[in-house]
Amino acid sequence: MSVLVIAEHDNASIKPSTLTTITAAAQLGGDIHVLVAGHNAQGAADAAAKISGVTKVLHADDAAYEHSLAENLAKLIAANADGYSHVLAPASFFGKNVLPRAAALKDAQQISDVTAIEGADTFVRPIYAGNAFETVQISDPIKFVSIRMTGFDAAASEGGSVAVESIASTGDTGLTSFVGAEIVKSERPDLSTATVVISGGRALGSGENFEKLIEPLADKLNAAIGASRAAVDAGYISNDHQVGQTGKIVAPNLYIAVGISGAIQHLAGMKDSKIIVAINKDEEAPIFQIADYGLVGDLFEILPQLEEALG
Amino acid sequence: MKILVPIKRVVDAYVAIRVKSDGSGVETSNVKMSMNPFCEIAVEEAIRQKEAGKADEVVVVSAGPQQCQETLRTALAMGADRAIHIHTDAELQPLGVAKLLKAVVDKEQPGLVLLGKQAIDGEHNQTGQMLAAFMECGQATFAAKLEIDGDTAKVTREIDGGLETLAVKLPAVITTDLRLNEPRFASLPNIMKAKKKPMDIMTADELGVDIAPRYKTVKVSEPPKRQAGIKVGNAAELVEKLRNEAKVL
Ligand SMILES: Cc1cc2nc3c(=O)[nH]c(=O)nc-3n(C[C@H](O)[C@H](O)[C@H](O)COP(=O)(O)OP(=O)(O)OC[C@H]3O[C@@H](n4cnc5c(N)ncnc54)[C@H](O)[C@@H]3O)c2cc1C
Ligand SMILES: Nc1ncnc2c1ncn2[C@@H]1O[C@H](COP(=O)(O)O)[C@@H](O)[C@H]1O
Repeated sequence: MSVLVIAEHDNASIKPSTLTTITAAAQLGGDIHVLVAGHNAQGAADAAAKISGVTKVLHADDAAYEHSLAENLAKLIAANADGYSHVLAPASFFGKNVLPRAAALKDAQQISDVTAIEGADTFVRPIYAGNAFETVQISDPIKFVSIRMTGFDAAASEGGSVAVESIASTGDTGLTSFVGAEIVKSERPDLSTATVVISGGRALGSGENFEKLIEPLADKLNAAIGASRAAVDAGYISNDHQVGQTGKIVAPNLYIAVGISGAIQHLAGMKDSKIIVAINKDEEAPIFQIADYGLVGDLFEILPQLEEALG
Repeated sequence: MKILVPIKRVVDAYVAIRVKSDGSGVETSNVKMSMNPFCEIAVEEAIRQKEAGKADEVVVVSAGPQQCQETLRTALAMGADRAIHIHTDAELQPLGVAKLLKAVVDKEQPGLVLLGKQAIDGEHNQTGQMLAAFMECGQATFAAKLEIDGDTAKVTREIDGGLETLAVKLPAVITTDLRLNEPRFASLPNIMKAKKKPMDIMTADELGVDIAPRYKTVKVSEPPKRQAGIKVGNAAELVEKLRNEAKVL
């Protein structure tokens, strides 16, 4: 058995999603090879070589891989997949974009969003917005699997020291080109990995209120900021903050939902949090059914009091 | 240009899901079924592109049992021109669906295929990407904005850190995210008109592709239940509990 893990990285460093995927790979047993495809990505390749449990790093460096375009990357993955029992990638927006394309090139049916591994061919995954879990057994010779971050701990980023082997680029398909990106830079912890998350919903009413009421609390708690779809759709905050079925899946030690009703699509993204706090003026709001601590009242009164109580 | 929109019939997004007691699956009989919300967004976008003069025909296609035809009619009532039903009662998995869709693409030669980014039942998020691989064309997943300019589509995508814009050569595959548009409701006159719009029916066998399942479902189970906790009286009490009881601060 040997597993190929597709690294998510920013050319300079490895993303935490890669570390959780490597933990999943380790549960399968056997060699773990990490594919780092990027441009001027020696930093990321070297970082991958230090991750505990990794046995080899394959590094493809080409301008074609700079922006992780699915067409180019899937071709590279397919060209290198033979001989592996499994090809794994994080079920992040990155992995969701590229892995199914690579799987199709190898005539394989991917298993998406795996939260637990029961055997080399048997995987558990949520369906219906996390309202059910299915255990599936896959028969493909090369098993393409995407790994949900909240299901696995991160592998240690230090401790290993393995060889980095250069592999050939499979070139640029020329089908798609990168035009630009608006990446939101923030000093705050990353939403997917933060230990505390405070999320605001439609009830916040404006982007200004997010700044005035949520941000100071996030500062005090060293928390990442999340949001419901309603808050993102209304333009109070950017899309990368959305928590839920189709946004980010989070499982922090503490999740504080402010002015969020608790629709199943939102719960799908946060109900594995260790402690859930809900602040809502409607005591019947469904969010209270899963909250460890509920506070019924007007957020515009409660949040300033909370800030004060935190000292 | 022709736009092809594959749509899936799913359990409605607001139905409370029940797992069957024998663990064989989720209860789907006698529950409300709807067009997958992301597919609705795809249909809406195709119609808008046609209204903007960027496309001249919108063809919707769905693979599955007889009842898919109701979902196709809904898309026709929204404004699609023509429907294709690929009739099968077999279990479909994304690889098989992508192969069926590729066979339809070969016949129809669309300039653009617009799909939902994921179906909210199986939540695979694969079909569009797989179809793009089979078509050997460009892909733009999770689209929040689409501008067609000649033989290129400029697509703004929702990604982990924010937004990214790609230029994709047509023909291409694009999958929709929530913020691309807000789908319209079909008006009563349009629902009536939709009954007369053409619907081709073919069987999966006729398309001659291998749709045999690759995985088998061993069991379906309920997620662990979370218990409702306690209500606290005020912010100070909350902080005290989080510090001393839950020990998360
Ligand atoms: C296909 C699909 C995918 C979706 N994906 C997601 C997703 O990923 N993430 C997501 O979040 N949603 C998602 N949704 C949307 C989801 O169904 C809900 O519509 C959404 O979560 C509602 O957001 P909300 O709780 O902020 O707003 P609302 O449901 O409007 O709730 C607002 C809450 O604020 C409370 N409130 C109002 N004023 C105050 C006040 N002054 N103080 C305190 N409380 C107050 C109200 O009592 C209410 O409970 C999806 C929907 C679909 C169909
Ligand atoms: N049976 C089907 N018939 C037509 N289109 C489908 C079918 N299944 C999936 N799709 C399309 O593929 C998208 C993604 O589905 P999935 O990969 O299953 O999450 C859906 O939003 C549809 O556009």
